[in-house]
Amino acid sequence: MSNVAWDGTERIAELLAALPPAPHGWVAAAQELPFARASLDDLLVRAREDSELRARLLADLEAALAEEGIPATPAVISLARIHLEH
Amino acid sequence: MAVHQTAESALDAKLVARCRAGDASAWNELVERYSRYVYAICVQGFRLSEHDAEDVFQDVFAKAYEQLPKLRDDHALRPWLAQLTRRTCIDSLRAGRREQPAEGGEPEDLDETLGLLDEALTVRDALAELDEPCREILDRFFARDESYRTIGEALELPQGTIASRISRCLVKLRAALEDFGAADRPVNG
Repeated sequence: MSNVAWDGTERIAELLAALPPAPHGWVAAAQELPFARASLDDLLVRAREDSELRARLLADLEAALAEEGIPATPAVISLARIHLEH
Repeated sequence: MAVHQTAESALDAKLVARCRAGDASAWNELVERYSRYVYAICVQGFRLSEHDAEDVFQDVFAKAYEQLPKLRDDHALRPWLAQLTRRTCIDSLRAGRREQPAEGGEPEDLDETLGLLDEALTVRDALAELDEPCREILDRFFARDESYRTIGEALELPQGTIASRISRCLVKLRAALEDFGAADRPVNG
């Protein structure tokens, strides 16, 4: 950065550098949340009424999702955890 | 949660309203707008490992997605997300301490770092007001830490002109910050 004429803008430059981008895959996964929710809705309703299904989800979430034909993306896993923990 | 209304909080309120109305692109914009902030709180504020930071990052946005309809003040999106991230990071550290009791703990300079990140987000909002060439060159050089050579190749610019362009764009950004109502904030100090 030494060739840049700062002209009193050092603090602004420091603040720009303070927010590097998050990894692209993380952002893309978080943006999938509405689709993840749509794919989970039916399963979560059933899990509220079916204690065996709920137990399977709590025991091994990724495997149980796969058995139900739902891809265990980070967004799906995070949403499912939130609902199962409450 | 009442917050002082600023240009940024007005922008947030519109975004939240669009999310509530089911506008599919609004959620993408919200994630795009806050992904750097949440990421920085995890890795700079709490110094989480990349692995733990990824888990926290996904948890924060999942909680935000679920709880957004219950947000009481649409202008308070930023402090609400910051608090959500902070609590989720603390939960992650506590879980880590259960496994390795010697590790973890909230960093002593956390509040200072979070204050810096808040200011940084305001600067990014002002950056969004600039023309695309300035936005891109400033983001590549400062936030992405790209070299003159990489920037020159990506933007098809002679390396010798990059420093002067960065300087000019920084001056534009400073002016945008003043227009943005941030003239009384400590960005110049």
